[in-house]
Amino acid sequence: MNGTEMTFDRSTLWIVIVGLAIGSYALRFAFIGLVGNKAMPDWLMRHLRYTAVAIIPALVAPLVVWPAPTGGEPSLIHFAAAALTFAVAVFSKNVLLAMITGACSLWSLMYLFG
Amino acid sequence: MTISTVKSAFWKGMRDSAPFVLVSGPFGLLFGVLAAEAGLNVLEATSFSLAVFAGSAQFTALQLMQEQTPTLIVLVSALAVNLRVAMYSASLTPYLGGAPLWQRACAAYLTVDQAYALSMIEFERRADWGVSERMAYFFGTNGLVAPAWMAATITGALVGASIPDSLGLDFVLPIAFLAMIGPMLRTPAHVVACFTACAVSLPAALMPYNLGLIIAGLAGMMAGAQAELWFERRTARTEEAEG
Repeated sequence: MNGTEMTFDRSTLWIVIVGLAIGSYALRFAFIGLVGNKAMPDWLMRHLRYTAVAIIPALVAPLVVWPAPTGGEPSLIHFAAAALTFAVAVFSKNVLLAMITGACSLWSLMYLFG
Repeated sequence: MTISTVKSAFWKGMRDSAPFVLVSGPFGLLFGVLAAEAGLNVLEATSFSLAVFAGSAQFTALQLMQEQTPTLIVLVSALAVNLRVAMYSASLTPYLGGAPLWQRACAAYLTVDQAYALSMIEFERRADWGVSERMAYFFGTNGLVAPAWMAATITGALVGASIPDSLGLDFVLPIAFLAMIGPMLRTPAHVVACFTACAVSLPAALMPYNLGLIIAGLAGMMAGAQAELWFERRTARTEEAEG
C-alpha cells in the first residue's frame, strides 16, 4: 500500500497551488470584472474554443501509449481499457458512465491477464 | 425586482444544478484520492480544491508534478486546460456585467462549467429577469455543487492513503481524462483539434520538460480553428448552391 511518498517537494506544490489559484481566478475575472461588454477578436475566440479539447488529449495520448504502471512499456491491457473508456465517452457523452466503464474494464483485465 | 423574485431565482438555480452533484461529487472524490496517492496531505488537497476550484486544471497539475515537470510548464499547461473559463467570463458579461463589483468578484470565482451552462440557458429564456435575479440564479447553481466538490475532495484525501497500490490508480487519471474528452467533441472541428493534438503529442513526447504538451496543444488549437473556418465556408457554399 501507500503511495504517500511524494515525488515532488512541498514548496513546488505550494507554488503550483498559489500560481493556479491566481491564474485561474484572473482568467475568470478578466472579462466579467474588467473588460465589460467589449467583444474579443474573432480569431482569438476561435482558438480559445479548442484549448481544452487539444490540451487534454495531448496530455493523455502519451500516457496511454507509454503507461506509467508498466514503467512506460506499451501494454495491451491499458490500451484496451483506454480505448473502451474513450468509446463509451464519445458515444454516450456521459463522463461518469465512461469513467466507471474504464475503471471496471481496467480492473477486470488486470485480474484476468495481469 | 422584489426580494421574493431574487430568492426564487436562487432556489431555482440550486434545483437546476442538483443533477450536477452526481458529476462533481465523484470527481472531487477522485481528486482527493489521487492527491493522497501523490503524497498530498488532507490540508494540501483541500487547499488545492478550495483555492483553484477547477477540476481539469487540478488533475493536469497533479499529473505533471508527478512527472517532475518544471513548475512553469505545470502552470502554463494547467491554465491552458482552464482557458475555457475566460470564454465563459466573456459571454456572461452582457448578463452580469451590470452587477456591483463585489458580486462580480464572487461570480468570477464561481465561474465553472455547470454554472455557466445552466445560466446561459436560463438567461436567454428569462427576458423579464433583471441583473439581481440573474446573479441570484448564478450563485444558486453553485449552492450545492461547490460544497459537494469540497466535501468530496476532503473525503477522498482522507481515504486515499489507505487504498492499495495494486488497484492501479496511476492509470485512473488517464481514464478520467479520456472520459472528459467525450462530451467535448461537439463539432467536427473539435474532433480535428483532438486528433491533431494526439498525433503531435506522441513524437513531441520526446521533447524535454514536457514542452511537447504545449506544442501539441497549440497544434490542436490551430487545427481546430482552421477546421472551423473550413466547415463554415463549406456550409456557406452549400447554402448558396441551394438558395
